[in-house]
Amino acid sequence: MLTKELLNKYTPVVGLEVHAQLLTNSKMYCTDQNQYGSLPNTNIGVITLGHPGTLPMVNRKAIEYGIKMGLACGCAISRHNYFARKNYFYPDLPKGYQISQDKTPLCMDGSVDIMLKDGSQHSIRLTRIHLEEDAGKSIHLDHEKDTLVDFNRAGVPLIEVVTEPDIRSSEQAYALLTEIRKLVRYLAICDGNMEEGSLRCDANISVMPKGSDTFGNKVEVKNMNSIRNVQRAIEFEIERQIMLVEKGETIVSETRTFDAIAGVTHSMRTKEDLNDYRYFPEPDIAPLHINEEWINQIKAEMPSLPQQLFRQFTQEFGLPTYDAQVLTDTKEIALYFEEMCKNTSNYKAASNWMMGPIKSYLNELTLHIKDFPLSPKQITKVIAIIDEGKMSFSAAAQKLFPELINNPQMQPIELAKQLNLLQESDLGMILPLIEEVLEQYPDKVAEYKSGRKNLIGLFMGEVMKKSRGKADPKATSKLLKEKLEA
Amino acid sequence: MKAYTALAEIQKGLAKGEVTVVQLVRHYLDQIEQKKDLNAFVHVFEQEALERAQEVDQRIAKGNAGKLAGMVLGIKDVLCYKDHPVQAASKILSGFESQFTATAIQRLIDEDVIIIGSLNCDEFAMGSTNEHSTYGPAKNADFPDCVPGGSSGGSAVAVQAGLCLASLGTDTGGSVRQPAAFCDVIGLKPTYSRISRYGLIAYASSFDTIGIFTKNIEDNALLLEIMAGKDDFDSTASQQPVPKYSQHTQWEGKARVAYLKETIEHEGLSPAIRAEMEQVLNRLREEGHHVEPVSFPLLDYVLPTYYILTTAEASSNLSRFDGVRYGYRAEAQNLDQMYTQTRSEGFGEEVIRRILLGTFVLSASYYDAYYTKAQKLRRLIQDSTREIFKQYDFILLPTTPTTAFELGKKLQSPIEMYLADLYTVQASVAGIPSISIPVGKDEQGKSIGLQVMADFFQEQKIFAFANELISLQKTHVNTL
Repeated sequence: MLTKELLNKYTPVVGLEVHAQLLTNSKMYCTDQNQYGSLPNTNIGVITLGHPGTLPMVNRKAIEYGIKMGLACGCAISRHNYFARKNYFYPDLPKGYQISQDKTPLCMDGSVDIMLKDGSQHSIRLTRIHLEEDAGKSIHLDHEKDTLVDFNRAGVPLIEVVTEPDIRSSEQAYALLTEIRKLVRYLAICDGNMEEGSLRCDANISVMPKGSDTFGNKVEVKNMNSIRNVQRAIEFEIERQIMLVEKGETIVSETRTFDAIAGVTHSMRTKEDLNDYRYFPEPDIAPLHINEEWINQIKAEMPSLPQQLFRQFTQEFGLPTYDAQVLTDTKEIALYFEEMCKNTSNYKAASNWMMGPIKSYLNELTLHIKDFPLSPKQITKVIAIIDEGKMSFSAAAQKLFPELINNPQMQPIELAKQLNLLQESDLGMILPLIEEVLEQYPDKVAEYKSGRKNLIGLFMGEVMKKSRGKADPKATSKLLKEKLEA
Repeated sequence: MKAYTALAEIQKGLAKGEVTVVQLVRHYLDQIEQKKDLNAFVHVFEQEALERAQEVDQRIAKGNAGKLAGMVLGIKDVLCYKDHPVQAASKILSGFESQFTATAIQRLIDEDVIIIGSLNCDEFAMGSTNEHSTYGPAKNADFPDCVPGGSSGGSAVAVQAGLCLASLGTDTGGSVRQPAAFCDVIGLKPTYSRISRYGLIAYASSFDTIGIFTKNIEDNALLLEIMAGKDDFDSTASQQPVPKYSQHTQWEGKARVAYLKETIEHEGLSPAIRAEMEQVLNRLREEGHHVEPVSFPLLDYVLPTYYILTTAEASSNLSRFDGVRYGYRAEAQNLDQMYTQTRSEGFGEEVIRRILLGTFVLSASYYDAYYTKAQKLRRLIQDSTREIFKQYDFILLPTTPTTAFELGKKLQSPIEMYLADLYTVQASVAGIPSISIPVGKDEQGKSIGLQVMADFFQEQKIFAFANELISLQKTHVNTL
């Protein structure tokens, strides 16, 4: 068993390689459709199939998406891009090589910042982001003797994000992958769906004694189809490796696969029988030059990113970290919130509405924010009504909000009037009521004046009754005190 | 019917009604049938060619025929033509038909060319004799015991023997120029990237060019003019505008001509070719052209550079022939067996040799020693070749060290066969244009070819000067 003491003797070292399928209309090197879920072998033209005489054509949109990811991670963008061939034989690889990038990745350096549950922040450096094409899918059916191949996925554009070995725990890996998924979704370059394989992750894992600066032999783990499983696989691997080292055994450099059901990793192949990929510059694609103008154009089209919004929400809007985290979790929620904040300066109220009534409504009906019937402006109008003291938050959330959802075209103030939900804070209207009540209970007034201050509740209740609940409590209480203590 | 050798004559004949395109096609079909033993054509598109001919005749009658109306063309068996068989003379593509048409071919078809069939060659364009073909060797029409050269042997023979007016080959290290020299015809290798490679079954991508065989410069220039130019399907195709090559094919003024001392002095060069070469140079001097020797010490490095880089690319380019999706597949029990059996049985000896060599030079432990070094040498060879063009318009050199040799003679010695490319690979390594023109005969009457090389995209100049050389040669022969 891995005890806490034992774990503390070691430093785990983890690096991730994340593949993201890009949401382009067509494939990386031809005009065949890039569409998940089509019938097998329907999006396959002669270029996808690597017919003799065909040549690749670079998809500029894929390059643009790659640059976007690079800019989002603060990478340097390579101005001169060369593609490279990675040679290996497999039935789902039509040309017998994958067109990738080797010595000149599209993006270099950069980093992704993560925050853990304990609030600690870490910056994970990236080695590179490069472009490549996906392979087809080999399908092994139970009743089929033969292996079937679906080439629809062959040639789908991918970016591969490679991190430095900066990750020190499975929790950090979880946070990093979550952050990367958030980024690709914010940038709308990948749907980030790990179950469908549009986002895939391999982890390189090793352990070394605490204080050492020499990494242990690393193990590559594949086949983790959720972020949670990446975390589980790393946890398992760290424990396995520490136990082996404790026993005085050496870690074999190898590729292992994760079995999600058993929660363990199994050896797939050792590094000795690793392929020699014989990388060399792809002679069928002219070098691709990226100029400042193109980069600036892409920069101008970049959406706000989660980290920027987080900083804005915490620093400018003064929101608590928790609020900002929840609000930036998905792009659409963040944008909705940002939109609200253009129309109100009561940011905390906007955040409360977002995280309270709106989220519960969406959760209850399992709706997406884009299906939410009310515009951010409608909600800020409700906030304004509350801030003016004309309605309590609870009345607004419980009574006005559901009605407004049913009548999204109505002005909130009109609807509130119709529903008779507005409070009176008009002194001219409250004052006569107060005077009436004080005249009604002269003995109670005397008692109050002799020190029974809690009698204020009684007077308040009476005024509210007379106003049929519409008197603004704050204003009423203030005015009552003035009268009684005059 | 009159035996036409130039499109201009044919088009005159068509205009006057002396001949029809259908008659022309029938004539060539006849010739192909009669000279079947040459083994030049591997597929003849008889019915279709006749139907196309009829259509072109109709368009001529209506006055809306294309620039190539009357041109009957054969294409090397490595060029894709939709719904037609193409198998790079290899067993591994047995029964394969292309599902698309090469960009260059389509441009010719759009101008009413008639494609009469596909032509024999060395398997995947690898070879210098056309003996490495699943269809058996093509034969030199003038000396049927001799090779026509390669790899585009069938294409050279087809024009030599009058089986079609012109033909397309491909030239990676001399595969158009060398057979042109052996077969007494004109063969052009344009600047690399001048013609789109889309639809050319790759041997070595950074060297491959489509090349043109004709009996005269004008036809060659016109075909290039129509095929050349940028192509969305080939990002490596040049964006350079395409001049009207066919409209300016006469040389004016005095040329500055260099010849490479090392090529003339090379021990492998046959005395007859050396003598012919010297005569040509003297005649040029007599005509007032400026002719000088220059030194090219890198000559010995050209062949090794070429073979390292082309085999490296070939080993990767030919990976797609794995029996999975198309072509030949061997019966096997498991995946590894399927790969090894399919490829061992499907590829011929020369192709296997080059794949092995290419895989070796790209392997991690040898990459820097071979591939990287060869890349650097390629740059050096290119730079020092282009350096010569700062002072000279052209470099003249023999196309081949020898004239056509007997079938089977060099089959057992790949190294000797590789030497047949000694003079042609320089232009391929440098990427510059080069043409081979027939300039004479050796003592046995075998044709001798001479190459004219120029700087990038100087095809216009090459055509004009080649014409000048041809007419000089004619006057010379007439005065003898």
